[in-house]
Formats: sequence, structure tokens, C-alpha cells
Amino acid sequence: MSLLVQKQEATAALLDGVSVPAGASWITSIRDAAMARVVDNGLPHRRDEYWKYTRPDTLTAQDPVPAPVFDSGEAPMFDEIDRLKVVFVDGIFDADQSDALEGEGFTIECLSDVAQKDIHWAKDLYGQLEAKGQDPVERPLASLNTALAEDGIVIHVTGKVSRPVSFIYKHEDENSDAILHHVVKMEEGTSFTLLENGPAAARFNTVLEVDVPDNAEFHHVRAQGRDHDRRAATHMFARLGTESVFKCFTVTVNGVLTRNECVLELTGDDAVAHVAGACVGDGEFSHDDTVFITHDAVNCESRQVFKKVLRNGATGVFQGKILVKPDAQKTDGYQMSQSLLLDDDSQFLAKPELEIYADDVACSHGSTSGAIDEEGLFYLRARGVPKDIATDLMTLAFLAEAVEEIEDEALADCILTRLEGWLERRRG
Amino acid sequence: MLEIKGLKVKLEDEDKQILKGVDLKVEAGKVHAIMGPNGSGKSTLSYVLSGRDGYEVTDGEATLDGEDLLDMEPEERAAEGLFLAFQYPVEIPGVSNMTFLRTAVNAQRKARDEEELSATDFLKDIRAKAKTLKIDADMLKRPVNMGFSGGEKKRNEILQMAMLEPKMCILDETDSGLDVDAMKLVSEGVNALRDEGRGFLVITHYQRLLDHIKPDVVHIMADGRIVKTGGPELALEVENNGYADILAETA
Ligand SMILES: Nc1ncnc2c1ncn2[C@@H]1O[C@H](COP(=O)(O)OP(=O)(O)O)[C@@H](O)[C@H]1O
Ligand SMILES: [Mg+2]
Repeated sequence: MSLLVQKQEATAALLDGVSVPAGASWITSIRDAAMARVVDNGLPHRRDEYWKYTRPDTLTAQDPVPAPVFDSGEAPMFDEIDRLKVVFVDGIFDADQSDALEGEGFTIECLSDVAQKDIHWAKDLYGQLEAKGQDPVERPLASLNTALAEDGIVIHVTGKVSRPVSFIYKHEDENSDAILHHVVKMEEGTSFTLLENGPAAARFNTVLEVDVPDNAEFHHVRAQGRDHDRRAATHMFARLGTESVFKCFTVTVNGVLTRNECVLELTGDDAVAHVAGACVGDGEFSHDDTVFITHDAVNCESRQVFKKVLRNGATGVFQGKILVKPDAQKTDGYQMSQSLLLDDDSQFLAKPELEIYADDVACSHGSTSGAIDEEGLFYLRARGVPKDIATDLMTLAFLAEAVEEIEDEALADCILTRLEGWLERRRG
Repeated sequence: MLEIKGLKVKLEDEDKQILKGVDLKVEAGKVHAIMGPNGSGKSTLSYVLSGRDGYEVTDGEATLDGEDLLDMEPEERAAEGLFLAFQYPVEIPGVSNMTFLRTAVNAQRKARDEEELSATDFLKDIRAKAKTLKIDADMLKRPVNMGFSGGEKKRNEILQMAMLEPKMCILDETDSGLDVDAMKLVSEGVNALRDEGRGFLVITHYQRLLDHIKPDVVHIMADGRIVKTGGPELALEVENNGYADILAETA
């Protein structure tokens, strides 16, 4: 039996009796089409080319593995930032804990409301970038999300918005299985910043689709929750127009399994896309960044910067691809993924890929994996800095190179301060 | 202050003896110089005293004010007051010079049960000391030694020494790679720290540095041993005749 047939059969069995949520006809047809994609492709299997390094079974199983709720005792991330708060508890929108859904320069609605409306602009975006992002590499968990998500946020940006919108994902039930699907549609020349933080659920499947048209600017900063046993499969799909900017950054500390996929298509000339991430894993920790950037216009820039600190048997994965289409001349593609292995038990698996069909391009990629620099460590210690503090200083410096990719200094400071605190707490 | 007796050291991974019985005593308030051909073991001695990995002490002892140095972690030796100005200062990406020094100063204070220096006091102190060494604000902000010229690195070593105020200072070829002006800055920095309570061990090839930092005692090291000890005139002899005569007479 071929792998595909095997997957299709397993998926059909898993989805037996599952139907898409009730909604208006436009969304029902989108959900049905997404469900058909799931059934056709089958859910991920460990023998799939892009699932070799990260085991998908706990993400595709009927029920989530329970994850105890973790109380860090610290103030929530981004607490010091003025923002519009949108709270989800175990994947369900909580109006009481959220701010009023309104703001200057944008409209914001719940997917659960939007899905009941007979006519809504979201029909042209919901599930559309996800569907397009299935080619050439399938992302069945994202299709499953499009088919089954009942909640999420739908935003239409019509102006330059300075106050960020912040999704806060609380986790209270150790058996929760959350699926959220967000959509952001921007008008030309607008700007918007989206923040996300929190563990969300025992198992979390999220899709974010962003349409960034000409001259628009989208920023995204995310802190994934620290609950040790949480699992997450996140997907970001974006289309970039002419002279648009898309920048995203994710920090991940703890979490037994994280798969962050980012699929970007640069369709207008002179667009800029930056994708960055920093993660710190200790012990039972598997973190996977899978990025696919397609250059389909002239003079675009894409930049990937990923840093991973791993210890006590933690695993880091990076699968990053840059595809340059024949007419995407003057492409500037940069990709860097580095890991700092603090012991011999930890591992970093990297699969950088460049596929280039244009001739006038500058693409580079570098993937490194190394231990802490012994010379530097000795130098610090010889000045009186104890070994653990010296190690943390050097570790933080390593991570800072990714954090620096965040354009907003206050947000970058939030992340750096937290990372510093987490490293320090670990020292005891 | 610093007392080394019969110190024998080999490489940890190799069957290679480098120090073959070193005896040396540096008193408080004195400057001792060590000269000697390349490969004679001068840097090895400074590394072993400061606790670098890769060496194995097979015999002998080294104490600082009676405390067994060889038994301590590098950071404990530093907190005890030992300082090594590295022959090759290390670059540390991403860690600013300022953060590095503040962390070091406060870690040492903490280890000695002293109060940490406030941010303002620290800033005042470092600005004043950096100024005399012609180290500008930009160099303080930059990552430790990254992109520094040879001379800047050496001045940075002296700045660290000035901030940490150690009681026993070892300078390993701090003069190499310095032009005349930098040499003057560095030696003024060292001389400013000369004090009754402080000992210096200055490793150098050149009389030039010793013109500025006048040593009380000069030792010649060859093949892992101190082969001759004398006054400042010994350095002049090396300057004029090289090591050949001395080595021949002690062989
Ligand atoms: N880590 C090391 N690995 C191999 N050889 C070493 C190491 N450290 C020192 N040596 C050797 O020990 C000897 C003394 O070196 P060193 O102490 O650097 O001398 P000096 O500073 O007097 O020039 C040299 O032969 C050098 O090659
Ligand atoms: Mg040397």
C-alpha cells in the first residue's frame, strides 16, 4: 500500500463522523473544499518529506495528550505595551476578558459571527492563502484548521494603526484542543501590528492569513506559552504586494512540541519579508520552524533569522526554503539558522533549501550548530563572572541577534528582558 | 603575595611537559618581569595560574596570599584578586563591553560579600577610567573586543584591570603590537595602579615596556624553568645581547 493510500485511509477513519461547522453558504463551501483537501492529501505522516524530523502523531491523533496548566507566576508578556486585548480561553473567544472589539483604522470581528453572515469580504481571503500555500508542499493541518475552525479573529485594516492588537491565549483545561483561524486583510498603504502570546491549549492548531497589498506594512510578534506539555502547530500564510513589508518574530520557551510554519509569497516588486525566531528548549522539547518563501517579483528582499538554544536532549528543526521564480530578478534572499547546543544530548536538524530559476539573484544561507565558545567562557570567568552567568550572557547574546529583527524597540525589549529573566530563573 | 613552588605542568591531552619546575615569589608592592624566548612557557604559566582548561599540574603549588590558587575555579581566583591581561584578548559577540564589565565587577563584589556597585557609580567610574586610556563611549558599547584593533584590545585589558582593582596583576605581552603612543597609555595605566598592596608580573620581550614600567626583579624563563633572576639590568642585557649568552651560561 502506498504511503498516500495509507494516509488517506487513516485520515478517513479519523474524520469519520466529523462534519464542518454550520455557517453561511460561502464559508461552508470553503470549509468543504478544505476538508476535501485534507481527505485527498491525508494528514501528515512521519514518512512525509517535511515531517521527517518532527513526529506528527500527537498532532493528528483523535485526542490531545493532556497538558497540565503551568503557572509561571510572572506578569503576562506584553503587559507593559498599550494594546487592544483579545482573549481566548482554551481556544474560545472570551468577550468578558477582552477589550471592546473596536479601534481606529480597522474593523475587528469574531469568526464565529462572520461565519453566520450571508455576505462578507472574508470570503475572498478565508482559506484562500492557505489553499494556495498547499502547493508545492502540502500542509494538511492548516487545511484541517480551515475546515473545522469555529473561532478566530477577522480584521480589516483601513489606515495606519499604531496601537497593536494583541491575541492572548489562556490555557485552563488540561485536555483542551483548540483550533483558531485568523484573517487580516489590509488596504494599500496601511500598517498594522499583531501580537500573540500564551499557550492556548493542550493542543493548538492555528492559521493566520494576511493579505499585505501594495505599500502596506504588517508586523507580527509572538510569544508561545511556556506550559511544558503543550503542543502547537501554527501556520502563517501571507501574500505581499509591491513595496510592502511583512515582518514576524516568534519566541518559544518550553512546550513539548511546536511546529511553526510560515508560507510567504512575494508577488509585488520591491517587497520585504523578514521571518525570525528565537527558542530555548530544555529536555522534552521539540521545536520546528518550517518556512517557505516564494519570490515572484523583481527586487524583493527576504530574510530568515532563526536561533535555537538547546539542552538536556532538546531537539530543534529548521526547514527553510527560498524559491525564486524565473522572473524574480534582483532577488535578495538571506537565510540563517543557528543552534547553540549546551550539551551533547541535544540536536539540531537543519534542511536549508534554495531553488532558483532567475539568474540575477543574491541568495545565501548558513546553518550552524555549535557549543558555547570555550575561549569566551574562560575569558569571562577569568574576570570573575561565574560559569553559569557567563554561559547565560553568551546565550542571551546569541539569541539577541534574532530578537534584534523586531523593528519596534519596546517590543524587542519585552522579549529580551523576558529571555534574560528566564535564563536567570533557571539558574536558581 | 604570589608564591609558586616547583610548578610542573603538562598538556592534558598530550604527553608534553611544558613547565618543568617553576619557582617564583612576587611580593606586594613589587613589579617582577619575566622574559624568555618564544615557547618557553610564559603564557602557559599565566594560564595555569588563572585556571584555564587543558593543562594538568603534575607537581608543585601556587598560592595567592596563602590561598591555594590551583584548587579554585577561574572566577574564584579572580575574586581573590588575580588578574591576567591576556596576550590574545578574546572577542565575545553580542555582549557589550559595558555589560561585561559591570557583570564582572559586581560578580567579584558579590563573591567577596561586598555591596554591588550602583549603575550610576559604575558609570562614573568607568567613564573616568576609560577616558585616561582614550577609550571612547563607542568602544564601551561595542561587543567585547569585537572589531577592536590590536592596540584597542590591549587598552581594553588595562581598563578591565583598572575597574577590577585586583591585587595580583599578570600582564602577558601587553606591549606586543602597540605603537609608541599606545605603549605610553598602557604603561601609564599600569603605573597608576602601582601600589604597596599590589603585585605585578609582567611578561614581555622588550626593554621598551620596562623603560616605562620599571621592574624590581627580572626573571629569564627558558624551556619551562626560570633560569636566571636579577635586577633591571638583566633586561638590558637581553635587549643588547639576546638570550643566547644567558642560555649558554645556564645550560
Ligand atoms: N594548548 C596547547 N596545545 C599545544 N601546545 C601548547 C599548548 N599550550 C602551550 N603549548 C606549547 O607549550 C610551549 C610553551 O608555550 P607558551 O606557554 O605559549 O610559551 P610562551 O608564552 O613563552 O611563548 C610551546 O611549545 C607551545 O607550543
Ligand atoms: Mg606567550
